[in-house]
Parts: sequence; structure tokens; C-alpha cells
Amino acid sequence: MKLAYWMYAGPAHIGTLRIASSFKNVHAIMHAPLGDDYFNVMRSMLERERNFTPVTASIVDRNVLARGSQEKVVDNITRKDKEETPDLIVLTPTCTSSILQEDLQNFVDRAQMDCQGDVLLADVNHYRVNELQAADRTLQQIVEYYIAKARKKGELPEGKTEKPSVNIIGISTLGFHNQHDSTELKRLMADLGIEVNAVIPDGATVEELKNLPRAWFNLIPYRELGRMTAQYLEKEFGTPSVEITPMGVVETARCIRQIQQVLNAQGANVDYEDFINEQTLYVSQAAWFSRSIDCQNLTGKKAVVFGDNTHAAAMTKILAREMGIHVVMAGTYCKYDAEWFRNEVSEYCDEVLISEDNGEIGDAIARIEPAAIFGTQMERHVGKRLDIPCGVIASPIHIQNFPIGYKPFCGYEGTNQIADLVYNSFTLGMEDHLLEIFGGHDTKEVITKGISADSDLGWTKEAQVELNKVPGFVRGKVKRNTEKFARDRGLSEITLEVMYAAKEAVGA
Amino acid sequence: MTVAQEPSALNFDCETGNYHTFCPISCVAWLYQKIEDSFFLVIGTKTCGYFLQNAMGVMIFAEPRYAMAELEEGDISAQLNDYEELKRLCLQIKRDRNPSVIVWIGTCTTEIIKMDLEGLAPKLEAEIGIPIVTARANGLDYAFTQGEDTVLASMANKCPSKVVESEKEERNAIKKLLNFGRKKEDIAQDAEDVNHHPLVLFGSLPDPVVTNLTLELKKQGINVSGWLPAKRYTELPTLEEGYYVCGVNPFLSRTATTLMRRRKCKLIGAPFPIGPDGTRAWIEKICSVFGIEPQGLEEREAQIWENLEDYIQLIRGKSVFFMGDNLLEISLARFLIRCGMTCQEIGIPYMDKRYQAAELALLEKTCNDMGVPIPKIIEKPDNYNQIQRIYEQKPDLVITGMAHANPLEARGINTKWSVEFTFAQIHGFTNARDILELATRPLRRNNNLKDLGWEKLVKEAKV
Repeated sequence: MKLAYWMYAGPAHIGTLRIASSFKNVHAIMHAPLGDDYFNVMRSMLERERNFTPVTASIVDRNVLARGSQEKVVDNITRKDKEETPDLIVLTPTCTSSILQEDLQNFVDRAQMDCQGDVLLADVNHYRVNELQAADRTLQQIVEYYIAKARKKGELPEGKTEKPSVNIIGISTLGFHNQHDSTELKRLMADLGIEVNAVIPDGATVEELKNLPRAWFNLIPYRELGRMTAQYLEKEFGTPSVEITPMGVVETARCIRQIQQVLNAQGANVDYEDFINEQTLYVSQAAWFSRSIDCQNLTGKKAVVFGDNTHAAAMTKILAREMGIHVVMAGTYCKYDAEWFRNEVSEYCDEVLISEDNGEIGDAIARIEPAAIFGTQMERHVGKRLDIPCGVIASPIHIQNFPIGYKPFCGYEGTNQIADLVYNSFTLGMEDHLLEIFGGHDTKEVITKGISADSDLGWTKEAQVELNKVPGFVRGKVKRNTEKFARDRGLSEITLEVMYAAKEAVGA
Repeated sequence: MTVAQEPSALNFDCETGNYHTFCPISCVAWLYQKIEDSFFLVIGTKTCGYFLQNAMGVMIFAEPRYAMAELEEGDISAQLNDYEELKRLCLQIKRDRNPSVIVWIGTCTTEIIKMDLEGLAPKLEAEIGIPIVTARANGLDYAFTQGEDTVLASMANKCPSKVVESEKEERNAIKKLLNFGRKKEDIAQDAEDVNHHPLVLFGSLPDPVVTNLTLELKKQGINVSGWLPAKRYTELPTLEEGYYVCGVNPFLSRTATTLMRRRKCKLIGAPFPIGPDGTRAWIEKICSVFGIEPQGLEEREAQIWENLEDYIQLIRGKSVFFMGDNLLEISLARFLIRCGMTCQEIGIPYMDKRYQAAELALLEKTCNDMGVPIPKIIEKPDNYNQIQRIYEQKPDLVITGMAHANPLEARGINTKWSVEFTFAQIHGFTNARDILELATRPLRRNNNLKDLGWEKLVKEAKV
């Protein structure tokens, strides 16, 4: 047992659901107790999704506990098959169902006999893997299934596309700025003259999966999601993959150079050096920002970075290598992939922290007292408590991290966005600091306008107590409205009764 | 399917139970805030933790007095000793927070692996010197607000049974607060205190609402001897055999049963004080039990209705559809029908026809008074079927969970997120406005946008 107040990565089934709900016309059925379909709320609220999230539950209740699911799971699968005619139904085990040890594969096999669409059981162990690992595994599982199916039917297309082409693997729902990154990466590929063969899983249909082998290479923008699929495709079809996250000016260039190498090895004969040069020096503002005097002011400022592997590693390198900021500590919660992280960031920071314990990270930040933090929503709150500004760079995230405006982290536009994020975090910190030295923008007594400034009305003690229970941000309004109500009626004292009466009358 | 015993015009149905609701462990979110000296330990898996952390949004960062005892593979396979593990965590909690009570919330996992929380608690309680209350608020058995019911039912067993004279003063904290700073004559003006049997109210409400309802009863000369739960665990009310108890929320049937059977209290079965009609009926029922003639209630209710008129104009004649997820549905539907709405369907997770009997009777009466058809009550609804019915019936307002709200809005259907009713102050005369503020918000918002032609924002909408 572990005492936990907060967690960075969610449970395994969330990963599976993220993959299933990313595809078009794929439905997930969770074998779960009532209330475990919270994923739908997150999808609907965080992504402001217009469509119903294609996830339902086959409810595990007392009867299931006593007698087993029996026909229930099979019925739910076949029912959903009829109602929505999905191409694929993914039966998703949860932590509860995995300890019931029912033979879910058997249910899937039986349901398959009556279903038009395909049925799969997500192969993830809830007590061994987290959301990210499960997502990686589920994507690979679905790809493998459809490649095998196409091969069996003899529908697997032969050979590569005529022009150089790419599969972008790992864009998913509820991923940090994934939608914007996807757009930016497609734009980058277009600029490089590379056709996008497929983007998976986001927005893809399972039908398209059989075309994956036609791509010249696979691009895996995120360390956490897509590598298993890429490895599978490499093993089966020899498709090479590029696993460098194009995040930051230097890494984007490195990614493009590797793409060049991979394509030329297949006889493409491309040279992207001029493109990289043009983008770096004149198009992206980030390189110029590094040289400008604004960024000079950031030299040697202390920062702490924490997040998933992809974003924390990329940010650490950007801050240290491209902006001259002193990264005292870089950390990740991807414990299962810690070695990679260490290798990536060791030369760019003083210390590395691998932990899933938000308390430990909070303590480290308090000890280091950086000028800015780049982390998850949790670090943002640590920053709030310690009065240190924080830029959010990785999940877990809140609704404000699903911006409507175009905010990629990848590619050249991504470098601009990151520069803004970094700069805004530090200047805010600086301004705060100056405010403290000079004692605020406006040191004069605040002159309150309005009728409640010097009130002629007395508040009884219990009314005052009651007023103080009203949340701070509306208390002033409640006070004003109540006093106005009392004044209109010629009352000189405000009692509990008057407060309630005012509320009833004017909604004070 | 209709009720067998008593013939009723109410029409009950039961579907598949494939519906969206919150897991009952969510009750820790409001109970830890209500009971200030408590600590809630949810014994479950990452799934439970993930739900709590996301459902409670910002609250999670405010050093909450709750945590997960996250079960690991060794716990599931019994390689680790439950007692030792819980002891280790509870000692840590004692050291860091020193609470007056630790509430263990059992989850689906503890049910399945049959962890004997009720058996472990008394032993550990004696060893570490902090009371431990166990509640099985799991998704196998319960929905959303029923979580509070399981906690309060456990707590009912911990209420002291005899008042110690010296403590009497402290236990009357609410009464003292109400009289604080008032002259003797003022108090006398309210109504003479009638000598009645002690009355304890149950249900967790925000403190301002507690004060408000207590005051309403005081006006009728009724003293509330205590509330379950109180602000602090150490202030739990005394319960003696023969005390009267009355519920303030429709989802507290287990608590009611416990109070009757285990504590030998007498339950006053009344409609719930939600909306001015409900509040009046609630007070009248309590008065009638104590043989008191209620004073001035009719005028008070009329006054409230008058003040609500601006909101009621927006919804009069419109229809509402409850998908059902928090058990407040019957009371809210009854109030909205009284406001002039029609209701096609009341979805509800679980329907205790005995505990809610008075509320159901009032619903029926309200429908007859208003001359509208009696809604169908669908227990354990099926969300998929409900959405098909919503497409057919085209209600003016759907009260639903967040999983469905945005997709319905995108299809041009007005929705109100049901969970807000659980967290807003909706009880008593004073808060009737708040219910309508919530219920009319989508209509007011969409009125503002109505000329833009932006209703259906999905292609090939099925509607």
C-alpha cells in the first residue's frame, strides 16, 4: 500500500481508451463498475468534444461478483455492434475486472461470432503498467491485428509509395497539445516534400492501417506513445523510424537531418540543409530571440523542469542549450523509462530527479528556489504556493491547457510558442519581484467607490459571521446588495433575517 | 412495472443500468470539507485516485484532508498484510495531520478481495487511539451521492448515546450561535419554544444552509438538537432511543434505516426542503409530528414564489428531461413542475420508494395541481436509450452529466450539468433562487445567442 495524494500518469485503461477514442469509428467497452467511465467526462470537458465519446461500460455489479458476467459482456458488445456499427470494439479491462479474473478473451471470441465489426481484448496488466505504457501497447496491438488481418486476406499493399512518405505515429486524444502538433508536423512534412501516408491513431480509420507499410519511414514525435508500433513495423517491413522529437530549434534540425539520412538511404537524394538554415535564421523567431537582449537577461537564471520524458527532456535542452538558462534540476515521472531520460538531459542540468511522488518534487523545488518552473499542473500549484511562476509543459493538465488557438510545441512554430512561454514565465517573475521591492504598483490607500465604503449600517455579529462564510470573490457584492436592500427598506441593522430576505428578494 | 402494495399513478420502470454517474467515493470531496477534523482514506487503486484527482479539479491542490491508500500487486495477492499496511499509513496520517477521525472508504477492489475493513478498524482504532469509521462507498453497489449515505450510516453508529451534562453546552453550539448577541426579548418573539421530543436532522449541508434551515424550524418553535454530520467529528449529535430524526436529502435511505433500526430513532418521512414548496411541506410535516400549528408558512412560500417570477417566466410551459445521476431528481422535478415546467422522464440511479414516499406523493400531487402528466420514473436508466428518447421528444432542457452535456449542446439541445445541483446551495426558502439560477442558465445563455444560427454545430447530426 502506498499513501498517495496525487498521481502523474493515470491507470492503464485510460491509455487504452485514449487510443480507442482517437480512431474513427472504434468503440471501447469497459468491463468496469459504475462510475469508472469518468474518461468520457474528461474527453467531453477537456477537449470540448462535440461528439459522444465512443466509450461505454459493461457494468460490474454485485450480480457479476456473485455469478460472473455470463452473457452480460457478450450482450453489450453485440448490442453496441448493432447500435453504432463500429469497425472495431475494444473490450477494455479495468483494475476491478482484472482481479475478477474472468476469461474476457472467451467473451471476445464469442461476441466476434455475432458481430459485423471486429472485437479485440486490450492486452494490458493494470497492476504493472500505467496510462502511457498501456496506450503504447494498445496502439501496437491494434496495428498488428489489422496488418495480420490484411495479410491473411491478401490485401496488404505491395511496396512503398512513389514519393517519400511518412507515418506520423502517436497523436492521440487527451495528449498535451497533440492536435496542434499534428497540424504543425504535417505542415513541416509538406515543406520538406514528404507525403503524409498516415497519422495514427488520431482521426484514422482501422481500414487505413493496412497501408502503413507503404510509408518510407515512421516519425515518432513523442517518446511515450508509438515506439512499440514503430518497432513492430520495423521488424515486419523494415520501415526505419525517426524518434527525435522535433521540439526546439536544435532538435527540430536534428530530426530533419535524420529524416534526410533515412530518405537518402532509400535513394531519395534530398538535402534539407538550406531549409533548416532558412527556417532557423529567418523564419522561426526562436533563434533570433536567443540572441536578443531580452534573452540576455535570462542568462544564468535558475529553472526546474519536470514532466513526461518527451517534454521535460526537450524543455531542458531548450532552456540550457538555446537560452542559456541554468537548469538546476530536470525530472520525469516516467520511471519505467528513466535511463533514456538520464541520458538525454544529464549534460544539460545539475541534477536529475526520477519520481512519481509530487511531494518529493515540491520539496525539491522549495529547496532550489528557482526563478521559474516548467512542469505539469501540479508544479504550477507548487509554484503558486511558493510564489514562483510556472509554465505548463506536460500532462497532467487542466482545461486551460487545451487552448483553442494554434499552439504547437513541435516544429518551427512550436519553437516560437515555447519562446513565448519561457519569456512570459520569467518576466512575470521579475515583475513580481520588483513589485515586492517597491511595495506594489500603487501604494496609496485604495479609495473605494460605491455606497458601501463607509456604511451607516450596522451588521449584527451573527450576520457578520454569516457574511464571512460567503466566498471572498462575491462577498463584496453580497454585502452591497444586502445593504442596498436594507437601506431601501429603511432598516438600520442587518441581521441574519435581513440577509436571507435580501437574498430571497434580489439574489444578493 | 408499478408498485404492488399501494396503487399509484406514478409509473416506475427499470432499464439496464448503463448510465453515467460519478463514483460514490466522490463524497469525500464535500465531506472532508464539512467535517473539519476528519481525514478520509480511500483504499483503492489508481483508477479511484485518478477519478478523485480529476473530478475534484482545483480542490486537490489545497492540501486536502484525504488521500489514497493505493493498493499494489502485493496487496491484491495478499503477499502483504492488510493490517500492517493500514497501520503504517494511518500512523503516518496521525503524525502529519492528527485528525479526530479517520474515515476509511472501501472501494470495489476491497470488496472483491474481501478486505475486512470493518473487522480491522476496531483493532487498529484501539492501537493508534483515533476513531476509525468505515464506509463501503463503492461503484459495485452505489451511485454518486449514495457515497455520503454510506458514510453517514457508519457515523450514525458512532454518535454518543447519552448526554453528559457538562458537554451539553458544547453540543448546543448551533443554538448558541443563533442566539448570539440577541436580546432575550428578540428570541421570545420568534415563537415560544414548544416542548417537543429532541429532533436531529441528517444530511451534509454547507454551514450557511444548516443555519438557515435551523432558523426556519426555530421560527415554528422547534429546536434542532443536532445535525449528522456536525462541523466536527467531536461534535456528533447525541442519539437516544425515541429521538426524532428527519432527512434533508433524498439519497440518505441507509442512514435513515440505520437511525431507525440501530439507534431506535423515529423517522419523520417528509418531502425534502428543496424549493419553496418542498421546504414548506418539510416544515409542515415536522410540525405535524410535534403537534404544532405552523405559523406564516403560506405567506412565506407565496412571497418566495413572487420573488422567483422573473426566472419562472423563462421556463413556464417548457419541458425538462432528467437523465439521472445523483438521486436529487425527484425533488428537483417536483419543484420544476411546480414552476410550470412539464417533465417527460425522471431518470434516477436508485429509487427507495419508502424513504422517498412523501416526496413521491408530493410529486404526484404537484402534477395533479398543475394539470400536467405525471412523468415516468426510470430507475437504473440506459443512457443510450435515453438519448434516443431525447432526440424524439426534443425537451427544452436536459439535466445530465458532463459526459453528455457538450455532445447534446452541439446538437442544439439545452443542457444543465447535473453535478452542479449537488454542490450548489439548493435547500430552504432562501436558496430556491439558486436552483432556478442554475436551471435557467442554459436558457438565458442560449437566448442571448439565438439569432446567430449557431444551434447545431455537428455535421450530419442525428437529431
